[in-house]
Amino acid sequence: MNIWIAIGVTAVGCYAVKLVGLLVPTGVLERPLVKQLAALLPVALLAALTAQQTFADGRVLVVDAKVAGLAAAAVALLLRAPFLLVVAAAVAVTAGVRAMTG
Amino acid sequence: MTSAGSGLTLLQTCALSLLVFTGASQFALVGALAAGGNPFTAAAGAFFLGVRNAFYGLRLSQLLALPRAVRPFAAQWVIDETAAVALAQPTRRSARIGFTVTGLTLYVLWNLTTLLGAAGAEAIGDTDAWGLDAAGPAVFLALLAPMLRTTTERAVAGLAVVLGIGLLPVLPAGVPVLVAALAAPAVLWAGGRRGGRTTDVKPADDESGDDR
Repeated sequence: MNIWIAIGVTAVGCYAVKLVGLLVPTGVLERPLVKQLAALLPVALLAALTAQQTFADGRVLVVDAKVAGLAAAAVALLLRAPFLLVVAAAVAVTAGVRAMTG
Repeated sequence: MTSAGSGLTLLQTCALSLLVFTGASQFALVGALAAGGNPFTAAAGAFFLGVRNAFYGLRLSQLLALPRAVRPFAAQWVIDETAAVALAQPTRRSARIGFTVTGLTLYVLWNLTTLLGAAGAEAIGDTDAWGLDAAGPAVFLALLAPMLRTTTERAVAGLAVVLGIGLLPVLPAGVPVLVAALAAPAVLWAGGRRGGRTTDVKPADDESGDDR
């Protein structure tokens, strides 16, 4: 049930911001500070989420095969690999390291 | 795929893609729920990731000049890719076509792959053995990488990582991510104090993510 609440709240919230952009008059959101903040918020969130999902197991910090997988993804990104290849590299290396280390 | 690995049912996974339809938010929500976060902190993180769509909408509403009655329907398709395609078109007519075609194609494909991925993951069973738990963070990293162009952006990312990891053991699940979001205003404020140096950040021109 909790999951449905979360899905519902997210769906309504994400739809609302999309609609707001189409409806509000220009100028309200065009101020430089607001624009900068809107550009930087996803940067902060994505960075924190990447780090957490790589190193966290619940509320405990761990270093496991995922770290190797994410390193592979980072290398793929530096080589300008397409999106799906980046994700595939992370998955394959993680699975490989897990298979080798037992 | 990742969401089926974190305890959501097939129906819940598909509902997420149909109703939310903005990839980074979906992955964030699923990740927070899997970590045991409560539904509202999880939704808050997902919501903040979706805020940038409002700025695409702002640019698109001038460009497409949609009738008011159509806007609520068009809104669901306001995402990274449709904005990138529509804004790149030379005329209003081709922008409208670009927006509609991109929106429709991505909406259908995204939801089809969600269904296939979720069904596939249920068939596989233990998704961790296949390394699928690395897919979530890899997606975030791939979305993040093209955004790290200026010093300001890198500083925000670095501070957010420190906050997100450092606070994880001490705050309830889902909350550290929200605190890490404060890295954005904090770095802006610190940058402003250092002599009002303005770094060129262009939110709406960002054609980076493979986010939908």
